[in-house]
Amino acid sequence: MTVVVNGEAHELPAGTTVRGLLAALEVPGGERGVAIAVDAEVVPRGEWDTTELDDGARVEVLRAIQGG
Amino acid sequence: MSVTDQTVAADPFVVAGRELHSRLLLGTGGFRSLEAIAAAIEASGTELVTVALRRIDPEARGSIVDVLESSGVQLLPNTAGCFTARDAVLTAKLAREAFATDWVKLEVIGDDRTLLPDAPALLEAAEQLVDDGFVVLPYTNDDPILARRLEDVGCAAVMPLGSPIGSGMGLLNTYNLRLIRERAGVPVILDAGVGTTSDAALAMELGCDAVLCASAISRAEDPTAMARAVRLGVEGGRLAYRAGRIPRRLHAQASSPDEGVAEF
Repeated sequence: MTVVVNGEAHELPAGTTVRGLLAALEVPGGERGVAIAVDAEVVPRGEWDTTELDDGARVEVLRAIQGG
Repeated sequence: MSVTDQTVAADPFVVAGRELHSRLLLGTGGFRSLEAIAAAIEASGTELVTVALRRIDPEARGSIVDVLESSGVQLLPNTAGCFTARDAVLTAKLAREAFATDWVKLEVIGDDRTLLPDAPALLEAAEQLVDDGFVVLPYTNDDPILARRLEDVGCAAVMPLGSPIGSGMGLLNTYNLRLIRERAGVPVILDAGVGTTSDAALAMELGCDAVLCASAISRAEDPTAMARAVRLGVEGGRLAYRAGRIPRRLHAQASSPDEGVAEF
């Protein structure tokens, strides 16, 4: 299936969870301070293991940067 | 402890029930390195520091969250870059997940050129976030009526601009800022436009409860020294406000006695 992550298409196995996506992305610095939205809805950290991504899902993976 | 230090210590700044010992909030945008942020935090004495949320950068090195945690400050996530109430609300909810804080510096921007707040969208987003349990600190225009409306919907403070973000033009409408301060029942935090220490001092002399400063410190030639300078400006301005300045007069008033002047 194809999932759009931060605006770029990624091919992932069907049934990939949010946690699985994070592992595949190899996010630098680990998961601290990371937040995730799928199709413009927040996915709480406690649901990363159980939330499966659908084909065509639009995922935003965000973290803190300098600002404000 | 000097008299001045005692006066500062006895004058806590309280936002949403949280007592802060510094009236200077620090924005982290524009610093050249994480080390420079850490040094500025120490020099500024700040306890509340803003961060933004952006897409992960695979090339990023170091973590601002680590730097802020080791400095012992509270993170204040912002919604910078949001142009609609919907995006700002979603960003605030993501920040709450990322940082385990329900505090948010709410920004809903009207356009890229001015970065001025979009008033109707700001009010809409503020209302939604307050209803969702957030402690909302909105970046707002220097508009006394809008500030009142933001307070009415439950914002924990109002953050009027002195002038546009990053412009360093100082306080363009001190009259409006005084009106905001006069009516507000929540803290007034001067946000945006500070160019140097005197701007921060003036905001405090007008009665603002605190100042948020980013570019003036982060983009200064020596950010650490400027952090210290703005801190002193904020403290000096606060002391002057509480001390009560003399009224302005059109004509001179002699400071030496009129009586007993020698006649030659």
